[in-house]
Amino acid sequence: MKFSDEFETRFTMMARHYPTKRSVLVPALLYAQDEIGYLSDEVIQEIARRLELTELDVRNVISYYSMLTTKPRGKYNVQVCTNIACMLRGGEELFAHCRKKLGIGHKQTTQDGRFTLEEVECIGACSWAPAIQVNYDFHENLTVEKLDKVLDGYQK
Amino acid sequence: MPDVTLTVDGKKLTAPAGTLLIEACKSAGIEIPSFCYYPNLSLQGACRMCLVKIEKMPKLQTACTTVVTEGMIVTSDNEEVRQARKSMVELLLGNHPLDCPVCDAGGECELQDMTFSYGAAESKYMEAKNHKDEQQWSPVVFFDRPRCILCYRCVRVCGEGMDVWALGVQNRGVSSIIAPNKEDHLECEECGMCIDICPVGALTSGAYRYKTRPWEMKHVGTICTHCGDGCKTTLGVRRSDSGMEIVRGDNRDKSGINNDFLCIKGRYAFDFAHHPDRLMQPLIRKNGKLTPANWEEAFELIGKRFAEIRDHDGMIGVVGSSRITNEEAYLLSKFARVVLKTNNVDHHRTADFPALAAALSGKPDSTATMREVYDAPAILLIGNNPTDQHPLLAWQIRNNVRLHRSRLYLINSQTIKLGRQAAGFTQIPAGTEGKVAAYLAGDDAAVEAIITEKNSRETWNALREKLRGEQKLVIIFGSEIRGNDVAVLVKFGSGVHGAKFVCLADYANSRGAADMGLYPDLLPGYHRVADTGKFHDEWTSIPATTGLTLPEMVDAAKASKLKALYVVGANPIGRLGLDPFLFSKTFVVVQEMFLTETAFMADVVLPAANAYEKSGTFTNTCGDLQILKKAGEVTGTKSDFEMIVRIADAMGFDVHKLVPFGAGERTDMGQSRGAQSGEADRHAVWLEARGLEPKMSPLEPTAILDEIQRLVPGYDFSRINLLAGNDQHTTLANSGPGAIQKPELIVPANDNLFSSGTLGRYSKALHSVMESRTQQTSEVAAD
Amino acid sequence: MASLVSHPDEVKVVSRRFGQGATNIDRYLELDGYKAVQKAFAMEPDAIINEVKNSGLRGRGGAGFSTGMKWSFVPKQSAKPKYVLCNGDESEPGTCKDRLIFEHDPHAVIEGVMIAALAVGSQTGYIYIRGEYRYLSIIMQKALADAYARGFLGKNIFGSGRDLDIYWHGGAGAYEVGEESALMESLEGKRGIPRIRPPFPAVVGLWGGPTVINNAETLASVPHIILGGAEWYAKVGTPKNGGTRLFCLSGNLEKPGVYELPMGYNLRKMIYEVGGGIPNGRELKAVVPGGSSTPVLLPEEIDISMDFDSVAKAGSMLGSGGVVVLDDTNCIVKFALRTMKFYRHESCGWCIPCREGTDWLEKTLTRFHAGGGLKKDIDNIQYLSENMLGRTFCPLGDAAAMPTIAFVKKFRKEFEDHLEGRPCPFERAGAVEQLPVLA
Ligand SMILES: Cc1cc2nc3c(=O)[nH]c(=O)nc-3n(C[C@H](O)[C@H](O)[C@H](O)COP(=O)(O)O)c2cc1C
Ligand code: SF4
Ligand code: FES
Repeated sequence: MKFSDEFETRFTMMARHYPTKRSVLVPALLYAQDEIGYLSDEVIQEIARRLELTELDVRNVISYYSMLTTKPRGKYNVQVCTNIACMLRGGEELFAHCRKKLGIGHKQTTQDGRFTLEEVECIGACSWAPAIQVNYDFHENLTVEKLDKVLDGYQK
Repeated sequence: MPDVTLTVDGKKLTAPAGTLLIEACKSAGIEIPSFCYYPNLSLQGACRMCLVKIEKMPKLQTACTTVVTEGMIVTSDNEEVRQARKSMVELLLGNHPLDCPVCDAGGECELQDMTFSYGAAESKYMEAKNHKDEQQWSPVVFFDRPRCILCYRCVRVCGEGMDVWALGVQNRGVSSIIAPNKEDHLECEECGMCIDICPVGALTSGAYRYKTRPWEMKHVGTICTHCGDGCKTTLGVRRSDSGMEIVRGDNRDKSGINNDFLCIKGRYAFDFAHHPDRLMQPLIRKNGKLTPANWEEAFELIGKRFAEIRDHDGMIGVVGSSRITNEEAYLLSKFARVVLKTNNVDHHRTADFPALAAALSGKPDSTATMREVYDAPAILLIGNNPTDQHPLLAWQIRNNVRLHRSRLYLINSQTIKLGRQAAGFTQIPAGTEGKVAAYLAGDDAAVEAIITEKNSRETWNALREKLRGEQKLVIIFGSEIRGNDVAVLVKFGSGVHGAKFVCLADYANSRGAADMGLYPDLLPGYHRVADTGKFHDEWTSIPATTGLTLPEMVDAAKASKLKALYVVGANPIGRLGLDPFLFSKTFVVVQEMFLTETAFMADVVLPAANAYEKSGTFTNTCGDLQILKKAGEVTGTKSDFEMIVRIADAMGFDVHKLVPFGAGERTDMGQSRGAQSGEADRHAVWLEARGLEPKMSPLEPTAILDEIQRLVPGYDFSRINLLAGNDQHTTLANSGPGAIQKPELIVPANDNLFSSGTLGRYSKALHSVMESRTQQTSEVAAD
Repeated sequence: MASLVSHPDEVKVVSRRFGQGATNIDRYLELDGYKAVQKAFAMEPDAIINEVKNSGLRGRGGAGFSTGMKWSFVPKQSAKPKYVLCNGDESEPGTCKDRLIFEHDPHAVIEGVMIAALAVGSQTGYIYIRGEYRYLSIIMQKALADAYARGFLGKNIFGSGRDLDIYWHGGAGAYEVGEESALMESLEGKRGIPRIRPPFPAVVGLWGGPTVINNAETLASVPHIILGGAEWYAKVGTPKNGGTRLFCLSGNLEKPGVYELPMGYNLRKMIYEVGGGIPNGRELKAVVPGGSSTPVLLPEEIDISMDFDSVAKAGSMLGSGGVVVLDDTNCIVKFALRTMKFYRHESCGWCIPCREGTDWLEKTLTRFHAGGGLKKDIDNIQYLSENMLGRTFCPLGDAAAMPTIAFVKKFRKEFEDHLEGRPCPFERAGAVEQLPVLA
């Protein structure tokens, strides 16, 4: 199992910030996932080995956090917030539009592996609702038309 | 710490400071319901069943996490509290299958009990329940997710209690599930503690599930027949074609020295008793072939041949077992000397008890009980790997460290799992355990042999100083320490305040076999055959010269000098890898459950009952004496005790002189109905035919217990306590001078968690676990 | 990035440097940055704590506990290291203020953590930022690196002879992790399951050491208090509710946005004047005054002062500052359902009432809203919520129960309008499809 040098530098640096080894687990998993695409058995084994944890322990932690996944996802993870503030301003319509446009449902991936769609809980954009996040990018004050443009921007 | 006073439901209680409210209530007879609280496991506060009202607190509080404080006023049962608990049960039942009549836990389910207590059976729930298919996690563990109430007991007992950590919680919220790695298979020691501790029918045992109902079984609390630790196990027994069948082993009542612990063998490996290869009829070699015969014929033949050989000064050898009861071992030892007139007696030795007895002579109270291993402030373990060979001892050590912060010092040539609990682990070159003893006892030169790259002279110095400074140190050693090294280790122990010893032997009654004198040079209580004294007085005219050891008997057979060999519950040919034709000129009688390598070449094979099918006592490796209760009888078998007496009788020996009986009170001959009735009837018929009164029967092992208590040092225990099911410590220290035995005759059994000598070979449960393991490893290898 | 708004009634304290380029450390220094911490160096720890106590600053994370008081619970002597933990997990629906602080004024948070550390005698601080806020963690990492480069952090800071380290830590998606004890579990690399209390974090917290946990806004307020003085800060708000608050106005408003208003600002004014009122000529139907866990207020209940005590008196809570406004086109059952869907998804699953209760309620509300409801369901929803309330392992269960009880009590008629197979009277085009249950 090999990670990028950037990951290694970050991992080494972060590991120094805590008195216990496992404390680095959650951010390390997220960075590993960003790099590999998902938390494969290999990644889990490697992280478990480094932090002297059992694989089971690592899996238990992964399965707790909604951003972590052990299944491959599309290149762009389209996360549509439908929580209250967004719902009041059309979040559900945005989600319905995504489903139609991409032809996939919640936590599904388009055939070409470009998009995964996810209905998510509040992403902290309530005052700029409705909002979505594509990977880590926020897109706010959306309408169906603006959403189309946003998604088109990710066609590459 | 001073006690605090509190009031619960108007009742004044006192409890030591630091006590949990739930425990304080329990001691005062006030039951607080709980699912997640389990004594000695970490606190969860998750099930919210233990909510109580505490004055000055706005919300209800969990009694399982609240520590008692002075003046606390608690209401454990009012409208608000009852409603809170009722609603918890209702919430659980919302997603729980309501099919108690089919559930495996029906009748012994804590959720069912709570539903009755709080009247939450009315269903408010209309939605489809969350479903997940049942899973098999290992040959012996099944999991039915919808029944799980997420009390986390299984996770904790596996992790905290067993230090295995094979179970965890996957996902979160209502999707949370108890799961092993990858959610499909267990990577564990297969102890089944998770099944036992599960309050509902979520975790079930592959051996027992859906076979019967708790109320349809007879529950018999007896002692496990596998390793030398002596766990108490409750056998669930039901009637079957062959008399009885054991369907379950557990220790849910937490009685006995093992509290709630059982390992895989204690929990599942009773199944050898029902193996189809089990012998159910005597066999006599006719025309070179073992042929079924009846009991009378067999006893007559054996009696005739044994008497002839003895009367013509032919050499007879006796091989006993470490799995027969104390009464049987004592009787066999006596039978050899008194009836066969020989000291050629031996058994498979796995520890040097005679050496320890000799070294402890004059030092009473110097052996530790299994309970003390759980309480001792410090433990020194030299050699052995208890996790594999002494699972209960390992449990005691581990939990002593966890709950009482005991300091564990490990000295071993291997890195063993208990290293995780050790305050200090010192690795030594293989075979230098004796040097360690010598160094600890003050022989500074011995250090040369145990200095390694990691452990310098200074490290050893520091360790010795630390150990010398400990108090009440329990010194545990494996068979690596034997012969003179035992005395040396005891010398070291004499310098440590309150030190006590545990010598580790491998079989369920290894200690008993040694204590009862299954040796060519020692009588019961390590009394030398050459020394006159009570045995010569009581047993009268017994031979006073040392007999043959097992290897010497083998040599005698080779030289065609051994005329007869009487093997009781042992398999020397298989164990020692001997040539099966070696005994072709010897008249061999074997008492066994199966046609082992030894039984296969015998002249007469007598089908024996096993430990679960007889009463008597076992002494575990620590010296704790416990009572065996007979679960039932298997048709066509007899206890070794009965067979020995019958052979003596067939030899024309006055059985009164072998087993004192008839003088005492009228015996309890067992139930007149039920599983034991067969034995009582049989005994009565036999007695009547001989014009004997049905008082204490000579076929009944307790008949000889008086004599054991009277003659064997260290066995002066309380009979009442024994009968009540309490363990009684017997101490080696009261024994005679013993003798330095031939340490080279000690051969460890080398059993691990999943093997158990002959018994293991006939246990499907153990086999299935081994097979699933080889499968998994080959799958990994194939990847 | 999130756009900024303004209104003349605003009193800019925490938001003073928003839009001023203060992520740049030089710019931050120009705008009085790191002055407060230097002032704090000259003060006795107790004096710092007293200043914060007297300022009337109450926790901006939701519970409104006196910050100075919380700090004073930390034992002076401790065998284990003490920690300061900044809670930037911001996940309460309706809340989006910490995000702006991290985006525009990260050094203020760092400075707040530093002052807290001085006050309680800690040498290590952590700033926990929710995983979705990746861009903010990048900003924060840069800010920390700059502070280290200037010698403001690390060994012998400001030449004081004291060492102080502050690190950034990231989450990975879990609302429950915002709860203080679950936050510590998460930081320790575990599942975000809350801890049994007592002991409280101030005594036994991170890795067993005494730990001060404060919301990011709370900590970002502290430097201003130290510089401007407790008296000034207290006077900005109302008695016992010092200072200002970032209110996140969202929902059916003409001008939603994050506004910094003095504590005690009138809710009606907040909605109609600051937020610009309800668009499209619709009427106000309801307000959720402090994030999704706070009980809903009816239009006739909004003439209240937005401070912790007054809102509590009105039967709700000031919470996390998320003011969610509903116009009369919205269905309360639907709103209650979406709220419950959130709590079901976010329950950690540890205790029975929360795990089972949220699932049961969400399923019932789903069926109910879809037209399959029975009259007894209404009572059952209330019964279930009331049986969760106050009996769960951590306050998440209460957060799910409280608003639900209020929805049923205050809008019972609307629940009844869904009965007997009637479809939802409010369903808007485009949103009729049944949404999946989040897994
Ligand atoms: C379920 C739950 C979620 C919470 N989420 C947050 C959060 O995201 N951010 C936060 O600052 N406080 C949150 N809190 C409150 C914290 O537990 C804690 O009270 C707060 O961080 C203390 O800081 P303060 O005193 O400055 O408010 C949450 C509480 C609960 C019960
Ligand atoms: S499996 Fe049994 S013991 Fe384990 S959490 Fe579930 S119900 Fe509890
Ligand atoms: S026993 Fe107290 S919460 Fe479960």
